[in-house]
Amino acid sequence: MAKTIERRDVVIVGGGPAGLAAAISAHEAGQTDILVLERDTQLGGILNQCIHNGFGLHTFKEELTGPEYAARYIERAAELGIEYRLGTMVIDISPERLVTAVSSADGITQVEAGAIVLAMGCRERPRGALATPGYRPAGVYSAGTAQRLVNIEGQMPGREVVILGSGDIGLIMARRMTLEGAHVACVAEIMPYSGGLKRNIVQCLDDFGIPLLLSHTVTRVEGRDRVEAVWIAEVDERMQPIAGTEVRYPCDTLMLSVGLLPENELSRDAGVQISPVTRGPVVDQSLQTSVRGVFACGNVLHVHDLVDYVSEEAAAAGANAARFVAQAQAETEADRGIPVVAEGGVRYTVPSFVSPQLMDDRLTVRFRVANVYRDHFVSVYLDDERIQHRKKRVMAPGEMESVVLRRADLLAREGLQRITVKLEEE
Amino acid sequence: MYDVIIVGAGVSGCAIARELSRHDCSVCVVERDEDVCCGTSKANSAIVHAGFDAEPGSLMAQLNVEGNRLMYEWARELDVRCDQCGSLVVCVSEDDREGLEVLRRRGEANGVPDLRIIEREELLGMEPNISDEAVAALWAPTGGIVDPFGLTVAMAENAAANGVEFRFCAPVSDVRRADGCWQVVAGGQALQTRAVVNAAGVYSDDIHSLFVGALGDADVAPAACGHVVPTDGFSIIPRKGEYYLLDTTAGQHVRHTIFMLPTKMGKGVLVSPTVHGNLIVGPTATDVEDKESTDTTAEGLAEVATKSALTVKNVPLREVITTFAGLRAHQSAHDFVIGEVAGDTGLFDCAAIESPGLTSSPAIGRMLADMVAGYVGAPEKAEWDGTRTGIPSVSDLSFDEWDALCQRDPAFGNVICRCRRISEAQIVDAIHRVPGARSLDAIKRRTFATAGRCQGGFCTPKIMEILERELGMSPQEVTKRGPGSELVVGYNKDRIAAPAGDAEGGEA
Repeated sequence: MAKTIERRDVVIVGGGPAGLAAAISAHEAGQTDILVLERDTQLGGILNQCIHNGFGLHTFKEELTGPEYAARYIERAAELGIEYRLGTMVIDISPERLVTAVSSADGITQVEAGAIVLAMGCRERPRGALATPGYRPAGVYSAGTAQRLVNIEGQMPGREVVILGSGDIGLIMARRMTLEGAHVACVAEIMPYSGGLKRNIVQCLDDFGIPLLLSHTVTRVEGRDRVEAVWIAEVDERMQPIAGTEVRYPCDTLMLSVGLLPENELSRDAGVQISPVTRGPVVDQSLQTSVRGVFACGNVLHVHDLVDYVSEEAAAAGANAARFVAQAQAETEADRGIPVVAEGGVRYTVPSFVSPQLMDDRLTVRFRVANVYRDHFVSVYLDDERIQHRKKRVMAPGEMESVVLRRADLLAREGLQRITVKLEEE
Repeated sequence: MYDVIIVGAGVSGCAIARELSRHDCSVCVVERDEDVCCGTSKANSAIVHAGFDAEPGSLMAQLNVEGNRLMYEWARELDVRCDQCGSLVVCVSEDDREGLEVLRRRGEANGVPDLRIIEREELLGMEPNISDEAVAALWAPTGGIVDPFGLTVAMAENAAANGVEFRFCAPVSDVRRADGCWQVVAGGQALQTRAVVNAAGVYSDDIHSLFVGALGDADVAPAACGHVVPTDGFSIIPRKGEYYLLDTTAGQHVRHTIFMLPTKMGKGVLVSPTVHGNLIVGPTATDVEDKESTDTTAEGLAEVATKSALTVKNVPLREVITTFAGLRAHQSAHDFVIGEVAGDTGLFDCAAIESPGLTSSPAIGRMLADMVAGYVGAPEKAEWDGTRTGIPSVSDLSFDEWDALCQRDPAFGNVICRCRRISEAQIVDAIHRVPGARSLDAIKRRTFATAGRCQGGFCTPKIMEILERELGMSPQEVTKRGPGSELVVGYNKDRIAAPAGDAEGGEA
């Protein structure tokens, strides 16, 4: 391959909401030599198929559709003259930050990056991963695939729909399919609570009279060629189907909204350490992964509920990547800092390490909870001392939570060993 | 008038077609499904068996060992993924050691080379994840793994390149015998042929009966010696096998095919890498009545999960990307049924091809092709090309090689299936080969697109578009696997009545 290797200050893998916000922020932080690599034929990522409104309430104080929200960032990137390549899929990232990509236009190309921002997003957990018994006919779709068929291609995946899983895309698709003329029989959720946002349950199910069956799951798929029916049973506290509760739902379509998985195959190839809980990279206060100069943000880091938080997080990652390049690797080999430990109902935190010397004055630590908690306190401990204690009326796994750490607090404690975020009843 | 009609385009039918294409005769394969490899051939363990299982002297033993040897040759000639990784039969109890000896002796009687019993220490070196209970194993270096879809497709393509015709969506519905010839109605078309090969998988007993029922008294003669099948036939019992397929992240969990030596507690399941880098775990063995019941069951999958732990530690079942079930064409005598139906019938059975049918397929192809070519009196062609080049797989190439392909055809640079890294050029190639892919699953069998960890979540709409473009289909005509499995049913709002005022031709 007699091609020269390019050299760019910041390479951003993915041109969705995370990649765009990171690129803009890196530029605003003073690094103008930026390249965004996007595998799709346009920028904007999954937002392009999210034609419903409700995006941007936090960021822009108005309700935008997905494409409108993306357009704000695409336009800003254009104003700044940020370079991007479409139809270009990154196929390898080396620990030395050599990025290899492939496209129809240029074949295989390689870029040596001063810093890399990982912003590849996530994928849906497929039916196969649930090992749901039955046949494997046409008409079983993950909700996002169905969303693309309906919202981009204008095609109806089916007429009579059952949805398994109450993740946000499933809830949104329950409403969308109804609006397009299909009948949605029900949404079955194996957990005793929904994995989606409360507002989506109200606006997408309740408003359309679509039942949400909590503690229920699909136990069998019928139909050799095309879905003919699914069987739904109630589950016990161990999530096992309860004998005798099976009900047959005749339908031609089963949609799945049973979880999103950060897409980290490239990160693994680069040697990035992955958290078994989030399935995303383990990062420090600057959203830097275990590989120096490689940062992560958005759904590739951990699955978000609102795109506004993706943008916010990605802006931090972009600025930090720019700072990394500016410092010309002057930093010594990163000591990973003080661990942030998730306990008592907190499933994980992002970041999971903090160096007080290197952090900004305020650092948002995001997390998700493991169950539905009512009237619980979110507490932050520096070693054994509780420094924050805030009551929340309700917390649910479907909604992301956060605490803010102040640099001054951390620096004030000498010999700090660990920061703990946990839920407490009182 | 054909010389030969082969009923069934599974691995046996396609192997026979490929071998018959060496001969100067006209051959047509009729298949009820929309593609090759749609029945038992697509849902099995994908193993190249060494040949120590079958009863010495049986047709199964002979064809397994011969098929094993031919498989690695054919894989090279036909550019099929195949890996002689070797297999291990693991003994998990000192009490059962003698069983390993029995197997070794049986294998040697069958002509399996290089069998050796290894002790725990050596076994652990070969398979670090082997069960703590494992005491010894039978090592069969000629065992291996193969791509069953790729093999069947490759044999079909090679047969087609040498003049064999394929008719899909063509179930045999009626048969007549006249003037020493067969009239076969397949897919509504009346076809004539001198000889028929019944390679109909789990339906081979029904197809046998259908043809035998059309024989006149003059055709039938008492069974003679050699490979002759009596007219009264046999009965196929579909035996269901359920499997887990794990992601490539689990593909290195074992390096060889791990079988369990059957114990008093029963038979285990196999754990094996696949040629696509996944880990396969299964199968169960449950006799069922319905020849279409390729559905998985909660009980079957639970059984596989439990039994996998008998030989291999910590099988990462959470990495499952799909589960599936296949039906083996079992018959009670547990041997292949291969030969001409008694008398001057021109009817050849290739039936009850259960495990090790995939391994045996090259040998089965040769055996039947010789018989049938003899019957129709077809000499070998002076020139015959037994080689075939597969679809280039960009994920297997170096960056330089991939780049070179992109320079030749930019569509190699457009990655459609991100999980398995399959480019648009590969999918287009799969569609335009003969016989070509016309459905999502047909493309999966040829390229492995949609077979990755997202199971087609991202690439399904893209592949649908390519099928529409290349074959001039409407979106509603694109199927998962042939008629009845359409992927979309119409357009948005097409069933919502327009408001009265908007109705075309409505009253003013």
